Amino acid sequence: MQPFEYANPTTVKEAVGLLGNKWDEAAVLAGGTDLISLMKDYVYSPKRLVNIKNIKELGGIRADKAGLRIGAAATIDELAESPLVAKNFPSLAQAARGVTSPQIRNMGTVGGDLCQRPRCWYYRDGQGLLASPGGRSLVTNGENKYHAILGNGGPAKFVSASSLGPALIALGATLTLQSSSGSRKVAADKFFVTPSAEGSREIALLPNELLTEILVPMGGTKNATYEVRQKEALDWPLATASVALKMSGSTVSSARVVLGHVAPMPWAATQADQFLAGKSLTEAVAEDAAKAALSNATPLSQNAYKVQLARVAVKRALMAAAGARG
Amino acid sequence: MPEYSWPEQGKRRLMGTRISRLDGGEKASGRAKYTSDLNKPDMLFSAVLTSPHAHAKVVSVDTSAAKAMKGVTGIRVVSGPGTEIQWAGTEIAFVAAASEEIARDAARAIKVQYDPMPHLVKEENLAAAGVRAKAAGEAITGDPDQAFKDADVVSEGSYGIPVLTHCCLEPHGQVSQWAGDKIEMWPSTQNVSGIGGDLSKNLELPATGVHVHMDHVGGGFGSKFNSDRWGIEGTRLSKESGGKPVKVFLDRATELTIAGVRPSAFGRIKVGAKRDGTITAWQSETWASGGFGGGGSPPLPYVFTTIPNQRKNHSAVSLNAGGARAWRAPNHQQACYLTDCAIEDLAAKLRMDPLDVFMKNADVTPRADVYRLQLKQAADLMDWKKKWHARGDSGSGPIKKGLGLAIHTWGGGGHASNAITRISPDGSVEIELGSQDLGTGTRTAIAIVAAETLGLPLNAVKVKIGDNAYPPSGGSGGSTTIGGVSVSTRKATVNALDKLLDAVAPSMGLPKEQLEAVDGKIQQKGNAAKNLTWKAACAKLGAKTISETGVNDPKNPGGLMSAGVGGCQMAEVSVDTETGIVKMVKSVAVQDVGTLVNLKTAESQIFGGCIMGVCGALMEERIMDQQTGRVLNADMEFYKLAGIGDIGEIVVKINTEPQFDKRGVIGLGEPASIGLLAAICNAVANAIGVRVPNAPMTPERVLAALERRNA
Amino acid sequence: MSSKKDPDVSKKPRSAFSRRGFLGGVGVGGGVLGSGLLSPVAEAAPASGPAAVPITLKINGKTQNLTLEPRVTLLDALRNHLDLTGAKRVCDRGTCGACTVILNGRVVYSCTVLAIDAQGKEIQTIEGIAPAGKLHPVSAAFVQHDAQQCGYCTPGFVMAAKGYLDRHAPKSIEDVEKGLGGNLCRCGTYVGVRQAVLEASREMKGGRNA
Repeated sequence: MQPFEYANPTTVKEAVGLLGNKWDEAAVLAGGTDLISLMKDYVYSPKRLVNIKNIKELGGIRADKAGLRIGAAATIDELAESPLVAKNFPSLAQAARGVTSPQIRNMGTVGGDLCQRPRCWYYRDGQGLLASPGGRSLVTNGENKYHAILGNGGPAKFVSASSLGPALIALGATLTLQSSSGSRKVAADKFFVTPSAEGSREIALLPNELLTEILVPMGGTKNATYEVRQKEALDWPLATASVALKMSGSTVSSARVVLGHVAPMPWAATQADQFLAGKSLTEAVAEDAAKAALSNATPLSQNAYKVQLARVAVKRALMAAAGARG
Repeated sequence: MPEYSWPEQGKRRLMGTRISRLDGGEKASGRAKYTSDLNKPDMLFSAVLTSPHAHAKVVSVDTSAAKAMKGVTGIRVVSGPGTEIQWAGTEIAFVAAASEEIARDAARAIKVQYDPMPHLVKEENLAAAGVRAKAAGEAITGDPDQAFKDADVVSEGSYGIPVLTHCCLEPHGQVSQWAGDKIEMWPSTQNVSGIGGDLSKNLELPATGVHVHMDHVGGGFGSKFNSDRWGIEGTRLSKESGGKPVKVFLDRATELTIAGVRPSAFGRIKVGAKRDGTITAWQSETWASGGFGGGGSPPLPYVFTTIPNQRKNHSAVSLNAGGARAWRAPNHQQACYLTDCAIEDLAAKLRMDPLDVFMKNADVTPRADVYRLQLKQAADLMDWKKKWHARGDSGSGPIKKGLGLAIHTWGGGGHASNAITRISPDGSVEIELGSQDLGTGTRTAIAIVAAETLGLPLNAVKVKIGDNAYPPSGGSGGSTTIGGVSVSTRKATVNALDKLLDAVAPSMGLPKEQLEAVDGKIQQKGNAAKNLTWKAACAKLGAKTISETGVNDPKNPGGLMSAGVGGCQMAEVSVDTETGIVKMVKSVAVQDVGTLVNLKTAESQIFGGCIMGVCGALMEERIMDQQTGRVLNADMEFYKLAGIGDIGEIVVKINTEPQFDKRGVIGLGEPASIGLLAAICNAVANAIGVRVPNAPMTPERVLAALERRNA
Repeated sequence: MSSKKDPDVSKKPRSAFSRRGFLGGVGVGGGVLGSGLLSPVAEAAPASGPAAVPITLKINGKTQNLTLEPRVTLLDALRNHLDLTGAKRVCDRGTCGACTVILNGRVVYSCTVLAIDAQGKEIQTIEGIAPAGKLHPVSAAFVQHDAQQCGYCTPGFVMAAKGYLDRHAPKSIEDVEKGLGGNLCRCGTYVGVRQAVLEASREMKGGRNA
């Protein structure tokens, strides 16, 4: 790890004042589960860390009439254990519980989950986020079994590592980003982006902004998350689907199906959304919706199997949601 | 001459019972000090700079910036200009500094220019290896061509298992101190008695010049025998830094890149048989790599060694990747996988239960009776006959269950070992030997043997190991330790007891031949009423301490130990055929260990061996990138090991029947780790109706196999 | 690994902040901070480092005063500076659990917590869970069920188990598996660990959160 300066603000105002205009000037330290490893591997060496765990206003999970308010520094475990979350948003609780290490759940924060960097092994080996030294993609020509099968037409081939992103997008969450010049609200599905140049990030957050709160509207949806993960112990999912269904009787009036770990960002499977609208949810319908969700998949040389896994995730998430409370 | 043979089965108080390891409390409380835990006064830290390139010539090495850093006490360049690097991770330079942070900063401040050269780092595809593959020549037994013509059924398939790393949780490294003409070394080693000589040789010093100490080692699995570059350079850095102790431990990525691998093995195997399942012909074309040095052939056909007609070809592939070291049961997992998967495929083609095919062919193994018994015992524990179904005949629904089996063998004869047993006038007993406890329970086994011999409780014996000032004892590799130390301890202790009986016989008015040590007493055989307490007996020594040696001579073990065991392991899995994810349901392991010393730690060894099998069968593999020449998963996130929720139920049976018990002590660490890998992969084939050729059985491989089946 | 590609290999940290970035909203503080290389940025929240700074940790109920760079992890502070070596450095990347300690009652990977960040928190290490010469019920159960071989992962497992049992009462092996999903063992001791944790749970009944 390179040396750095450590700051420990107690208010959001102080915190954003400590951030920089470039990513290498300052980084937000929340749970540290990703950041510290990136720094140990010299993949990222910010000159200042701004600890946000002592900012009270960033913690906690509560509900008001606008919906469920999750502080960015609330831990994954708080989310996994929250009765409020379990009652209204099983998809979010399931996604949180998919982080099967108690240590990571205790340390990692909701904001950190959304802002964590991809696990692409070329990126982690110092080859850059796009892993294209000299303009040639190491991913395309190399070991890509864990890489993207959707949204991979550009230079970005990694997959978004966020566990909670798909659920939050499906649930229509809004994120609050604060800088010293003010705050802005970004819909969860606009928070994630696919970078096209080395040096840009896979989230819409700017270096001088702090993610402060996630607001999940009480939508009255049936929702569920299904992760395809090889190990029971701590392991990254190979594919995830999170779905939120607005029902009218036994008919789906509208659906949001969002895939995780299959694209450089959580992938809104709008074809599936359209397919599901107006249908009664049966296993056959779920299966067809899953096919629709993956209809645009463009697997790389070694990851066609992930298309199948993502389909299974969609189907199982839909069936789970159908059985879940609204 | 004293009688050394083991007490009769049924008359042993301690041996073969379930005894908690003596250092268990120390370890489970965090008080045990491993070498990597040592903080010596004035200790310096060393960091290593390694090559990012898999094949390159070093053009220049500039250490000036590093040297100028405050706190840096020494730098040693080990791959100077002109050196041809043959794998990524090769050590370029070692730095010693006042703190770990400074040492790392300084290593990174060394500027190295390389002239990169072409590399090969993958061997799955033999054709792509070109000149890097070297054929070893054909070996023929009988008339394989005719035998295949005459066979009723011929089964042919491709099989492969990848390179694994040892991934010892305590990485390789040591603390060493070279002050004056004296070297103190605290290694993390499997070889307390031998590593000092290895270091001396490398430093061109007399063999006696290195004093080695080690209390605990955090895993070795075959990779920790030598002093290694980090040992040699760390010691030199100590000298260069004014004789202060220097600590070098590899970081995880370097550990997984250069500290040893299990070679891969791939092959195309053909097996011919009669309609009744009798195997008549074997043909294998195999290749393997364990790094730059290539990779030898696994012993094929495995266990079924005397199949009458055989043709074998093997090629060694040289890769620009970190080199092989002995990996728990070297070459046996590979051989077992290639053989037992091919035989399972043959059974499927014959529409026979593989259990019957294995039984039928037990006669071409070196120990037919052992395997027949073990197959039956394992089948009973698995409820095999009730659960087994023909391949792929696993019902409707996406979740398919399947059964698989494998049999294995290992030598496990005890190594050369010397022990001293001391009995003091105050009654205390000490055993000294230059051995080590890798976590197999060696310390406890030594105490059990000594206490059993002296008729004392376990806590009356103090075991001193982990120092090369003690009598030399072999390195702990190849499951040779338990045989070696049990025999040397038994002999030393019997000899010491003999001396004690000499001393007490006159005062008891009995010839020593009529005395025995039982229940903390020296008593007359057949007349327990005539006795001296242990303490009173030892007091008869006056001022003299008994100090007797005992030797295990592997060539002349006197019936106390032997070699050559069989084992059978079975697996039950469930496969989600929609995702290709395999879950362990149950494993059964039946193992021959000769005379059992400690049931509890022996079971642990077998549980552990099975769990390593789960890792290798389902998730563990080193992944190389041909473009960069680097290991992509040199971490514990994508170098996947099973967690506590990934192992299913495991049932262990140790053979203690008289025919096994009478053979003397035999090692079991290696054999326990062989068969389950193949058994699991066979269970997957049984469940899903098609062979997944290459382990580990990850979702992409399982789904690809299912796709082929459905096509 | 030290061979990670990094163009900044030899660069030392330097003051590279755009002043403009810090002017908006917070104002500029007074003089240059003692140890910082960077411009001071906010009076209320001064930054420490990158050079070594005084750090106070409360470990096993005892206050420890150290002088450490902010980049030193809690694990390295424990092992290299306080000789509390029960927590082990294995993966050093928050994956294997060998470094597990309990922070404010919750299990964490100490390799991925900065020491400076652990200030003001109750840090419990394996050295602090039982008096000298005694074994904590979890440790005792690990011995009884031989839930260890080489033992290098064991202190982390014991702490993970203790942290889990302080808050939960497992009813089954499945519960234990969920509670200990963040630790890895290479020797393969999980069969013993499952039994040990169930037994320790029975032992600790009534003593939870103690």
